[in-house]
Amino acid sequence: MSPRRIVIRNHSAEANLFARRTFIAFSGVVLVLLILFANVYTLQVESFEKYQTRSNSNRIKLLPVAPNRGLIYDRHGVLLADNKPVYSLEVIAEDVDDLKASIAQVSKLLNISADRQSKFFKLMKRKRRFKPVELHSRLSDQQVALFSVNQHKYPGIYVNARLKRYYPFSDLTTHNLGYVARINRKDANKLERAGKAENYAATYGIGKLGIEKYYEDMLHGTIGHQEVEVNNQGRVIRTLNYTPPVPGKDLTLTLDIELQMIAKRALSGKRGAIVAMDPRTGGILAMYSNPSYDGNLFVHGISTKNYKKLLESKDLPLINRSVQSGYPPASTVKPFLALTGLEENVITPKTEVYDPGWYQLKGLPNKYRDWLPWGHGKVNLTKAIEQSCNIYFYDLAFKLGITKISNMMERFGFGDYTGLDIYEENKAIMPSVAWKRARYNQSWYTGETLSVGIGQSFWTVTPLQLTQALTTLVNKGERKIPHLLKAKSELIIESSGNAYHQITPIEYEPRAPLKLRDDNNWDIVLNAMHNTVQKFGATAHKPFKGSTYDASGKTGSAQVARRKQGEKYDAKTTSENKRDNAMFIAFAPFDKPEIVIAVAIENVAKGGGATNAAPVARQIMDQYFGDRVITSKKRNVKPKTATVIAATPQEAG
Amino acid sequence: MRSTGQEQQKVHSIWQRLHIDVPLLLGILALLALGLFLVYSAGGQETAIVYLKARSIGVALLGMFIVAQIPPLVYRKWAVPVFVLGLLMLISVLLFGHVGKGAQRWLDLGFMKFQPSEIMKLIVPIMIAWFVSQENLPVKISTVILAFILVLLPTLLIAKQPDLGTSLLIASSGIFVIFLAGASWKLIGVCLGLASAFVPILWMFLMKGYQKQRVLTFLNPEQDPLGSGYHIIQSKIAIGSGGIEGKGWLQGTQSQLEFLPERHTDFIFSVFSEEFGLIGVAALLAIYLFVVMRGLWIAVNAQHAFTKLLAGSLTLTFFVYVFVNIGMVSGLLPVVGVPLPLVSFGGTSMVTLMAGFGILMAISTHRRFHV
Repeated sequence: MSPRRIVIRNHSAEANLFARRTFIAFSGVVLVLLILFANVYTLQVESFEKYQTRSNSNRIKLLPVAPNRGLIYDRHGVLLADNKPVYSLEVIAEDVDDLKASIAQVSKLLNISADRQSKFFKLMKRKRRFKPVELHSRLSDQQVALFSVNQHKYPGIYVNARLKRYYPFSDLTTHNLGYVARINRKDANKLERAGKAENYAATYGIGKLGIEKYYEDMLHGTIGHQEVEVNNQGRVIRTLNYTPPVPGKDLTLTLDIELQMIAKRALSGKRGAIVAMDPRTGGILAMYSNPSYDGNLFVHGISTKNYKKLLESKDLPLINRSVQSGYPPASTVKPFLALTGLEENVITPKTEVYDPGWYQLKGLPNKYRDWLPWGHGKVNLTKAIEQSCNIYFYDLAFKLGITKISNMMERFGFGDYTGLDIYEENKAIMPSVAWKRARYNQSWYTGETLSVGIGQSFWTVTPLQLTQALTTLVNKGERKIPHLLKAKSELIIESSGNAYHQITPIEYEPRAPLKLRDDNNWDIVLNAMHNTVQKFGATAHKPFKGSTYDASGKTGSAQVARRKQGEKYDAKTTSENKRDNAMFIAFAPFDKPEIVIAVAIENVAKGGGATNAAPVARQIMDQYFGDRVITSKKRNVKPKTATVIAATPQEAG
Repeated sequence: MRSTGQEQQKVHSIWQRLHIDVPLLLGILALLALGLFLVYSAGGQETAIVYLKARSIGVALLGMFIVAQIPPLVYRKWAVPVFVLGLLMLISVLLFGHVGKGAQRWLDLGFMKFQPSEIMKLIVPIMIAWFVSQENLPVKISTVILAFILVLLPTLLIAKQPDLGTSLLIASSGIFVIFLAGASWKLIGVCLGLASAFVPILWMFLMKGYQKQRVLTFLNPEQDPLGSGYHIIQSKIAIGSGGIEGKGWLQGTQSQLEFLPERHTDFIFSVFSEEFGLIGVAALLAIYLFVVMRGLWIAVNAQHAFTKLLAGSLTLTFFVYVFVNIGMVSGLLPVVGVPLPLVSFGGTSMVTLMAGFGILMAISTHRRFHV
């Protein structure tokens, strides 16, 4: 540009050049400032909402607050499922001066194992210093007291209380209530699928069985939220908003815990089950399966050892026999079969059968035995029920055929779910031609029909099904839905601040009634059951001697293992698990029944339904009726025919 | 009227005698005061950090005042030996320097730790201004090439420490001198070409892993939002959520709840934007523009080529701080450690900057005595 001619500086030219360049630079500065400003404008104006949202989601967190689970009461208001505080010892490292020394001292004071301590330090490493870490998850009351006295010495260490489920009656109610236990992965997935996961964000446990499972939604309640501001470490700075959780509904059951206790006592040392129901409503008064187990064990997570013990026990305590075990009903179903005979017109109340002690089908060699070796002689319907005569019912079953039997029995609810409000129910088996074809791909044999006639063969029932069928019988066809839930109670908080519990009884729609051709048929059969208990010499007379509430019933002894033709049964020589089961059904009072009961006892050492199962039913009824004295208007309907054979010392079937 | 004029003249001359340029001082004080308020907000509302900041402001103002008393042409005399001394110190930093925060920047003199790269921010423009003002302007190509080499030496030495931010500022200060000295546009074009050709070399041989990561993060911060992208994402959230009016002083949730990293140092602009919004940003940029304008006015009115070039370079370098800092926290540039000048907490860079302003004031006020 400038040739090297003058050495003298041209100041004004330099100044001009410099001014030009400065101006260019200044323009650059302005341009850059505009770019910077435009960029900030984009962030603060164009994308303001996006960044505001992100800023809020940085700082505002929703902490879920678990609702209190609804309580469960028996029909008289006795608490069956409680929420009890469980105390844990927690440490906030940040607030502890000398962590190692403090932990060592507290551990010594409360006798906390070295194992727990090392677990604590391991947990500690993964947690922020201002977050609580558990040193002990379940302190005893004594430990809580001991620590409370010394708490001032240990800043940063404190006792925290959490509500956990507690069943004060332990194994007495487990089969009915089920239990609450930790939500496992399967439960979590299920909740996720049902869209309920959010509601369970702070919840520890979920109903696993029984009422706790069936009414989970009612019991759980609705989650609350604490809206908090947190810093970048997640430390809560302040609470912005609080939505309290809605506690779950309290449930009142139809159970009577006192009857339940009697049932347990009556069954102690035996394997078996009792179901007692109010036939007027279908409400279960008592339902107990022995042996049972303590549901509280599962609330805190059962130890492998304890669980193995329950699983491997020969007595199968985990099985709820009342609804899960299918027992051969044996003679307890004879009243239902008699009713079927009358209804199908194959017999009349006067029809007589001669019982020589055995029954034989024409052209077949097999002899079907009565339980009384020399037979009952001439037997009509009433006597057949009173004495539990097998021959009469072999003959009746033969006349009816399997199809008529199973059709009628299905109307009584055998072979199907009763609809009780727990999920553990078993359908058991009401055999039919189609059932056998489907199950074994075999045709039906007439011999099997005869066995069905005395409640054997493939036929199995749950004690609950028996109770339900008997309810329909005593109600003369009016059918009830068996249920445990009587009422629910909800905490209502009015806008004025008033709070009260609103109790709503649960209404159960009655099922379509079972209609008979002739309503007299109900009375014939019910009278026979009445006689069975009330008449001297009838099979269930002895166990109810002296009772004041006018009970009726029917015994049964079920053969568990198949026996060869002519083989003699002797309980003493038969291995324990092949011994007969004792069955019994009963209701009282005769006129307006208030309670129906079914009892099943497995593998009894001696005797049958009358000596083993009937006394159990009596104990419950004694408790239920107390001092009440009830007599029926039409006592002892006398059979028109019939010579009554004196009761033998031998036990009826 | 006349008497007032005389009085004004008198007042003016008092500042003149003190070698203080009043408009420049006002701009600087505004930024320093803002810095105090912001450091209080960003530093967890603790007064201790405000005292520290106030103390370093005091030291820096004193430094500026002292430097302002030195006639600018003194620097011209001492340019070469000081520059050589500076280079020697940079070399000794690399050889025996004190390592801190993964970089070797400090020289331990026994009684104090000293960061030679800071003083080079002043020495380099002085040296280059001296070098190019030896001849008549505009500069010749050969001079430009030699000047470039002179700039490159300290730049590379500092980049090696590694201190990318400082080496960038030093390179700019030298380049601004060359630009203002009238280097031909053709040459500038060639240089830009060479510089862009230099980028791959820089990437492959000079940049450390973490520096490369910063650039990658800059290109896509969301790929690692909790790791390397965290700073820039949180910074953008802070700025963006401030909106037009801001959340109010001490009310910025991003800064008060500590989501924003390096709040009182490099990312103080984000705190400011969050709490004072777009209105505040406009005001802050206006103050910076005012300071730059005043600096350039001083440069244009300087009496000598050397002082013109030096004043211009110091002013524009000051602006580079502004640009790089705001650019990086708002996501326009990769994150390099450059503070927001005069506002960020951090004594060393402020003392250097204020010394630079001292030189500007000297140039502004001494000119009448050196024609």
